[in-house]
Amino acid sequence: MASRDEIRTGLAEILEEIADVAPDDVQDDKAFIDDLDVDSLSMVEVVVAAEEKFNIKIPDDDVQNLRTVGDAVSYIDKAQA
Amino acid sequence: MQVVQTQSYGRIVALGHYQPARVVTNDELSQRVDTNDAWIRDRVGIVSRRIAGPEETVVSMGVAAAPKALAAAGLAPTDIDTLIVASCTDLIPIPNASARVAIELGIKPAAIDINTACSGFSYALAAADHAIRAGASRNVLVIGSEKLSDVIDWEDRSTCIIFADGAGAAVVTASDTPGIGPVSWGSEPSTMIGMTERNHIYQEGQSVFRWATTGLAPIAKEICERAGVQPSELAAFVPHQANLRIIESVARKLGAANAVIARDIVESGNTSAASIPMALSKMIERGEIPSGAPVLLLGFGGGLTYAGQVVLSP
Repeated sequence: MASRDEIRTGLAEILEEIADVAPDDVQDDKAFIDDLDVDSLSMVEVVVAAEEKFNIKIPDDDVQNLRTVGDAVSYIDKAQA
Repeated sequence: MQVVQTQSYGRIVALGHYQPARVVTNDELSQRVDTNDAWIRDRVGIVSRRIAGPEETVVSMGVAAAPKALAAAGLAPTDIDTLIVASCTDLIPIPNASARVAIELGIKPAAIDINTACSGFSYALAAADHAIRAGASRNVLVIGSEKLSDVIDWEDRSTCIIFADGAGAAVVTASDTPGIGPVSWGSEPSTMIGMTERNHIYQEGQSVFRWATTGLAPIAKEICERAGVQPSELAAFVPHQANLRIIESVARKLGAANAVIARDIVESGNTSAASIPMALSKMIERGEIPSGAPVLLLGFGGGLTYAGQVVLSP
């Protein structure tokens, strides 16, 4: 099971591949859409990649609550428990 | 009881298409709703689309797409024994769209309408192939025709930028060798694409995008496998023109490395059941697909429904 830091690093790899986000920008307080310029469709691809990487399920209804990197790290952390 | 055991197979021998004259650009739409050219190009891939005039209908556009396909097939309208129209936007249930097309063409075929929304052309093509293999038909005219502009809420920026109008037609005739591979068809029943109480089309964009980018590539691979064709052998991939990012994602996951990918959405928008025959007709017209080469068609959309098959290029 991944720690919060490992989850954040994993997310950074996904974000770099799908949306060209620089890994250093992936910090807990950064909002996906407003700060990292990840659009709503790329967000879907990020979620699908995160599901595979962390072996979890993130239903569509929960995706809209994942505003910041920190939200996503906490969600994945909890989903793995 | 006796039945006929045929040795006949369906084969697409010619295509045609029709688009309304009026071009609607992203800039024109951004004067109507809060959107802009860059946003639309980036999210959906559309640069412009064609919108029908008030006098144009699903039937008139379908009729307009037919002559070129018939001429290229060397057939007269009266040679057509079966007519199948795929559409989800025809406004008149009786007589059905295919009977009204038949009236215009002056013919008396078996007249069938199929509504599986955006996947309609692949369902209709399978029905044509099956009718020929069963001995019920020899020459089938398959039309996909849509006037989405009738059901667009022009105040809704999430849908009015996507949908458009047009028609495509394919002539499918009996052949001694197979020209249409086994269909894979099915549904993932859901209301994520549908009609509002005011009869406007809506879709839950993110959910549809997720289904399309995760669910379709395995279906596309299965279709190739059932036809005995490797994805790398495909000369072209013509999926429903829903969204350029969906098209490119599925093409990448499929591994159709040598295929020309249909990108007609850029200049035609999403025309539902018309998008596949329109895109294929134009690709053949431009000489992008050699005759006899394998082409993967993949329809998907409201229902959610999907259907696809490998066909040999006319």
